[in-house]
Amino acid sequence: MPADDVLVAPNILEYPYARSVGPVIGRFMTGLRDGRIFGIRASDGRVIVPPTEYDPVTSETLGEDRFVEVGQAGVVTTWAWVHQPRERHPLQRPFGWALVRLDGADTGLLHAVDAGDESRMATGMRVRVRWRDERVGEIQDIACFAPEAG
Amino acid sequence: MAEPVTRISTPMRLEYRFTPGRAASRFLRHVEQGELLGQRCPNCRKVYIPPRGACAACGVPTDEEVRVADKGTVTTFCVVNVPFYGQKIEIPYVSATILLDGADIGIFHLVQEVPAEDVHMGMRVEAVWHDERRPTLESISHFKPTGEPDAPFESYKDYV
Repeated sequence: MPADDVLVAPNILEYPYARSVGPVIGRFMTGLRDGRIFGIRASDGRVIVPPTEYDPVTSETLGEDRFVEVGQAGVVTTWAWVHQPRERHPLQRPFGWALVRLDGADTGLLHAVDAGDESRMATGMRVRVRWRDERVGEIQDIACFAPEAG
Repeated sequence: MAEPVTRISTPMRLEYRFTPGRAASRFLRHVEQGELLGQRCPNCRKVYIPPRGACAACGVPTDEEVRVADKGTVTTFCVVNVPFYGQKIEIPYVSATILLDGADIGIFHLVQEVPAEDVHMGMRVEAVWHDERRPTLESISHFKPTGEPDAPFESYKDYV
């Protein structure tokens, strides 16, 4: 049997998951919808973005009184370049996945950086949030980050 | 100020290119012609459908091709009453394992043209083919009762 007689077909699996977010991630998502970014202050004083429900060191519950609004620009701490974006990626042109430490935060937020070309990506570069026009309360409300001018 | 966000949508999508391999490709080409083609193990003599090119029990290639009937016996079945995402058929409907005459392994398909509560083990059923056939088991629309007497349990007890 010639090899070209062997059939091939696309096989696509889709799972329409939804999840409840709870009070902490819920606050983060609500903030995104409103064009604001919230972290949470841990017992050691660090500001964690996105906020966690429990303290990473002591495991104590981190409550309502610990939310902190952080800046909308920050520093790339590490990154990887995507040459060929996939259909569900946030950008349909080459981009960088990066951990962005926002101003006022102590941890990195994973998101896309629309740098245009890999040569414009660098650890330590400044980037700023580019909001989506219509926001609903999900991480895609941040369309991507873009290099700060200058 | 709008209500707080309590829920997010987190869909997943996995895109594969699936190839059934040589044996099952040949099977599917014959399905397109309205025929069911299995393979017999040279060692244990069992007939597999759809064929996989080898006997999983004996670990030997299965080269001998065998025509299998497009009618058989319901060995087990399930009445689907629960709606789910992507469902194509109105509930309730019956998914069954059907042991085709001449085969030693059941295939999964729908049993229709009979009320769900009347489907039972041993029921004799036959394939209802679509006029336009493609290399997929969906070329069989469903199975319907033949009206023959039930197959005795002894005839399919080793396949349940």
